[in-house]
Amino acid sequence: MNALEAESIEIIREAVATARKPVMMYSIGKDSSVMLHLARKAFHPAPPPFPLLHIDTGWKFRAMYAHRDRMVAESGMKLITHVNPEGLAAGVGPFTHGSNYHTDVMKTQALKQALDAHGFDMVFGGARRDEEKSRAKERVFSFRAPGHRWDPKAQRPELWSLYNTRIKPDETIRAFPISNWTELDIWQYIHSEGIPIVPLYLAAERPVVSRGGQWIMVDDERFPFAEGERAEIRRVRFRTLGCWPLTAAIESDADTLEAVIAETFNARSSERQGRLIDSDVPGSMEKKKQEGYF
Amino acid sequence: MDTLHANDIASYLDNQRNKETLRFITCGSVDDGKSTLIGRLLFESKCIFDDQLQALESDSRRYGTQGEKMDLALLVDGLQAEREQGITIDVAYRFFATDKRRFIVADTPGHEQYTRNMATGASTADLAVILIDARKGVLTQTRRHSRIVALMGIRHVLLAVNKMDLVDFDEATFDAIVAAYREFAAGFEFSGIQAIPLSGLDGDNVLQHSSRMPWYEGPTLMECLDTVDIGRGTGARHGAFRMPVQSVNRPNLDFRGFCGRIAEGELRPGDSVRVLPSGVQTRIKSILAGFDEVPFAQAGDAVTITLADEVDASRGDVLVASDNPPEVADQFEAKLLWMAEHGMAPGRQYLLKLACMEATATITEIKYREDVNTGARLAAKTLGLNEIATVNISTSAPLVFEPYGVNRRMGGFILIDKLSFETVGAGMIDFALRRASNIHWQALELNKAARAAQKHQNARCVWFTGLSGSGKSTIANLLEKRLHAAGKHTYLLDGDNVRHGLNRDLGFTEADRVENIRRVAEVAKLMVDAGLIVLVSFISPFRNERRMARDMFAEGEFVEVFVDTPLEECERRDVKGLYAKARSGNLKNFTGIDSPYEAPENPEVRLQTAGQAPEIGMDQLFDALE
Repeated sequence: MNALEAESIEIIREAVATARKPVMMYSIGKDSSVMLHLARKAFHPAPPPFPLLHIDTGWKFRAMYAHRDRMVAESGMKLITHVNPEGLAAGVGPFTHGSNYHTDVMKTQALKQALDAHGFDMVFGGARRDEEKSRAKERVFSFRAPGHRWDPKAQRPELWSLYNTRIKPDETIRAFPISNWTELDIWQYIHSEGIPIVPLYLAAERPVVSRGGQWIMVDDERFPFAEGERAEIRRVRFRTLGCWPLTAAIESDADTLEAVIAETFNARSSERQGRLIDSDVPGSMEKKKQEGYF
Repeated sequence: MDTLHANDIASYLDNQRNKETLRFITCGSVDDGKSTLIGRLLFESKCIFDDQLQALESDSRRYGTQGEKMDLALLVDGLQAEREQGITIDVAYRFFATDKRRFIVADTPGHEQYTRNMATGASTADLAVILIDARKGVLTQTRRHSRIVALMGIRHVLLAVNKMDLVDFDEATFDAIVAAYREFAAGFEFSGIQAIPLSGLDGDNVLQHSSRMPWYEGPTLMECLDTVDIGRGTGARHGAFRMPVQSVNRPNLDFRGFCGRIAEGELRPGDSVRVLPSGVQTRIKSILAGFDEVPFAQAGDAVTITLADEVDASRGDVLVASDNPPEVADQFEAKLLWMAEHGMAPGRQYLLKLACMEATATITEIKYREDVNTGARLAAKTLGLNEIATVNISTSAPLVFEPYGVNRRMGGFILIDKLSFETVGAGMIDFALRRASNIHWQALELNKAARAAQKHQNARCVWFTGLSGSGKSTIANLLEKRLHAAGKHTYLLDGDNVRHGLNRDLGFTEADRVENIRRVAEVAKLMVDAGLIVLVSFISPFRNERRMARDMFAEGEFVEVFVDTPLEECERRDVKGLYAKARSGNLKNFTGIDSPYEAPENPEVRLQTAGQAPEIGMDQLFDALE
């Protein structure tokens, strides 16, 4: 655990020491929470010398917005929130436009808009190599060509802990400090460090609807009930958090961190199973990454 | 592993905190069943989730090579292109854990064209699993893999003799392979070789002892991984204290902390340390690990250190134990692995990164290239992709280092191309060449400015670049006459003339062209130092070399003149008849025909000569120099 933490802190410091204008993606989830905590440790007693960037799709869980505002106040860092203005004007949402289009417009396009507008050259992300097959080959410092394109063949070799962070104007780097952490590592670290997390990770009774064999939580009045469909109350929790219509809950009694760790340890399905965008077509994560998704 | 209950969590977490991480690499080619073996390790250590198994079943039907059986290799072959081509082309990292250890597996391709990927995976590994197909025995590729593993400093080898099911689990076959391998590997600095007969496809001797090979009484692969004593790399924890300064943390006037990850040794407040390369001595005031002040820190820890005195230290300096400092040098012998499509040329300048230090570096000599398949030492003038050599390197600034065999973090470096910023090479320092301290730059009392002032001029290097026949020499000649008439002191260095004397030993290969430019630039530099206006007329086709020349001069001293005449026009003129020769194939490596010309992006002056008298270009240039 100590070695993982030290490696991550070294990566965060290296990125900041060599970047012109760094920023940290803050998605409010557990991985973001760990990454933020590591950044605070890396620069203590100073606050981390970069802002947080939240790409707001307008469809995050209400509890996530509350948690975000609390953590920003606590860390003393600046928060930049960006919503794709065209997407917002067109009323893009997962129920009306489908998960693919929604994710592309409100996440991928919005992210590129925000990065271009602010001219960030080094962008921290909380991706882990154990999450998905194409991520297992991702570099710690992932090189992006102008236009944020990810070319798996143009990535730089990373030997030892020596990272080549040199880039030309218009090129950017995505830095992944928790590349080598597993889901279980994340939970153990949250536990041992007492890192605050969104309560949705712990089991509670919540209103859910079954869609395609998965439990979708009714987080606000925008849920389009079918004829005669009603929310039922189940004891559920979330293994990952994203847009609430695209993030499935699991039935669980794990209402403490200890119980969550035990459940994660015994789990028979991967956390991304709850992500509805991953399983659309084969190689879908790889395609999204090439287009600029994290 | 058994089921974990929430009330056992405290002891479980305690166990987790103390769990060691073992990083290992698997070496073998597609046909050796490497991906299948890793898939098997993940599958049997219960690291594959149900939804991943479902995806695997559907993938197996779509891409699988195992008929009705699940193709475990598909668990590890990540990118879609690889799945479709059935090959592994990059380094993938896999994670699994047992009750005893956490594991990070670097899964890398085995073909010769992926040597750099394998070296990348090996650079952070403590141990290598080298796969051998029991039907084929020790092959050229086995030797290559072992050589790279040894080069990257891995000391522990597990020899996995795979596909025993295809040789009827025959003991004699296994013994013969192991004997052959031990004989071959005797010359490497491996501290132990454990050989295991197994079948990745069926799982024999992977986790469970195989009932089909009762003659084998040694440990299974997993037992080995769980228990092998890796002594934490190369004893980094027992050496003297070294910490490269990564950054300086200065939130206010009262706090100045030096951030970094300890590369070697241990540290307590009060310890006496030096800042290298300056050598200034002070003491440790406090050690901050995260939010807390700690009484002790050791190799591997990321810390922030405050010092007792206000000493000057910044990123690139190294804090070291006062009584046991490492070497500081600017010339080294090192092993170098070339990782770029574009070849390495001695004399060309690269950026070198070692720990947190950066400097400009030049390969001054290739001592010999090593054939990665046979180990034979070969003469070489350049290095191509995936080639390995022992070289001498010279750096623009002194580096604080340890030999790679002593400490990987203080002895491993990368080379970066100065223009494209690609990572082009990886090196491992063997030792310092002690020439640095023997050559002292003579500090002369008369300087360049004084010499130039006596001549009532500003010393300059005017560098003409352009295709053969573009009009460089014509314009340079006219300009020199004009300057001379104006009472200036000049000298003209012309490509053809220099090649008859100083550079008569050089040909037209890329390496020789680099050296050609280097020598001319050095001569021009000495002449500028003498206060002269030096005109250099050289095709100088490569941006990198013109950059190298520019970097030798002070700001504003170097004037790049691009004589921008189109190829068709040069070829039409063909003053020396060289284009005709090149077109007919009688002249090789001719710039513009079968060797590229990289036009300057931002020359100080751009002259167009087509349809215009050379005097006009000269006037334009004379005015620009005034």
